[in-house]
Amino acid sequence: MKKPYSEKAMEHFLNPKNMGEIDDADGIGEVGNPKCGDLMTIYIKVKDGTIEDMRFKTLGCAAAIATSDMICEMAKGKKIEEALKITFQDLVDELGSLPAPKVHCADLAQRGLKAAVKSYESKK
Amino acid sequence: MSKKIYLDNASTTPVEKEVLKEMIPYFSEKFGNPSSIHGLGQEAKVAIDKSRKKIANFLGCDSEEVIFTGSATEANNIFIRGVLGSFENPHVITSAIEHDAVLKTVKKSGVDYTVLKVDEDGFVNPEDLKKKIKKETVLVSVMYANNEIGTIEPIKRIGEMIEKENEGRDRKILFHTDAAQAAGYLSCNVDELGVDGLTLSGHKIYGPKGVGVLYKGSSVNMRPIIYGGGQEEGLRSGTYNTPLIVGMAKAVELIKEKNKKEKTEELRDYLIREVLKIKDASLNGPKKSRLPNNTNFSFQGAEGESLVMILDQEGISTSTGSACSSKTLEPSHVLKAIGLKDLQAHSSLRVSLGRKTTKKDLDKFLAVLKEAVERLRKISGR
Ligand code: FES
Repeated sequence: MKKPYSEKAMEHFLNPKNMGEIDDADGIGEVGNPKCGDLMTIYIKVKDGTIEDMRFKTLGCAAAIATSDMICEMAKGKKIEEALKITFQDLVDELGSLPAPKVHCADLAQRGLKAAVKSYESKK
Repeated sequence: MSKKIYLDNASTTPVEKEVLKEMIPYFSEKFGNPSSIHGLGQEAKVAIDKSRKKIANFLGCDSEEVIFTGSATEANNIFIRGVLGSFENPHVITSAIEHDAVLKTVKKSGVDYTVLKVDEDGFVNPEDLKKKIKKETVLVSVMYANNEIGTIEPIKRIGEMIEKENEGRDRKILFHTDAAQAAGYLSCNVDELGVDGLTLSGHKIYGPKGVGVLYKGSSVNMRPIIYGGGQEEGLRSGTYNTPLIVGMAKAVELIKEKNKKEKTEELRDYLIREVLKIKDASLNGPKKSRLPNNTNFSFQGAEGESLVMILDQEGISTSTGSACSSKTLEPSHVLKAIGLKDLQAHSSLRVSLGRKTTKKDLDKFLAVLKEAVERLRKISGR
């Protein structure tokens, strides 16, 4: 039987590497999950259009935490336009598997990044 | 992995050894249909009659008033829909913290209903309830003790109030209580409680899953919701499930000997004291009149389902009322009814003790809990 959470997802949930704030962040995105009431904040540091650093703070389920961590990992080092192309499916694929009702949590991570980019661009 | 610590006894309990032993012969050896007239059938019938007697003893009622069902949910449905279906234009009152087996049944019944508010500890106020009674009211259903926050409702007082109300009424009001959570620790004598209907569950009291009991006072008229062979006075057709019925009765019989109320209360109070030492931790539900085995907390900045999962990693089973863990992504209706904000409900953790729970288990749990809360607060930054 397939486990609801893959081992990789569990690892990102239990030991996220990218949590925390960036003090001098260039963009901060705050999003909430209207469905379950979860909160996520994404911080980005941008240099020459590339996401140099990215961190998160998430109050949410294991899927929300794991996808937050994963999107940081995947977006770091990418050009902003490229990073914005990461879909929630990419996140789910990369993590292995998430329980079906949890797919919307991956969506939250993607929206968090978008919001951070928007705040960065509005500051430019 | 080290020993598993099971702290989700409000969800379900394991079948007690003695219970299983009683059940086993009725699967393959004494498998007769109790409705058959031959020896094998009669042997099973005797077992069912004896079981019924045991339950009647526990409830302080007649054997004829005991109906075996497939679950507590089914018992609630049979009673509520059965009663409502036998009146013209009925009205029913229930509480906002009922289990869905009652709340949804009432809401879907298609009749006029009132859902009574509870206070911040989950208590129903009998006076408030009285005010909701109408000329059309035929049924009141209030749970004996809540499954999430452990509130023990004043069933006896409600029963007395209804009895008084009934004195001058044409339409007598029937009173039902779901005692699925209460049965392990509280007296279920139906006369003392003043109820006309009462529900029990097998698997919450170390009996098997798939069996429940409905007490139905002999004077209650109701309509069946399941039709068939006419078992259980026509109210619950379906071949008798002898092993489960025998197991249910044995489980009820063992309650007195096995459930240590005082000891459990002590452990509960110890747990509450220790957990509340954690910063920004709060207790959900009452301090007094609380089920001996129930605790429920909120930890600001730590989401409940994540907590449950971290605890599970360490072999500790608990549960949460967080929206994240529910199929509908709605937070627990019970926590909302006692006035918790969505975010507080979001960070709730229910820890329910059982017969086997020791202080050592709780200490291990506390250590893991503290670390888990800290870790999740770091991640959430709240
Ligand atoms: S964050 Fe609530 S369900 Fe995932």
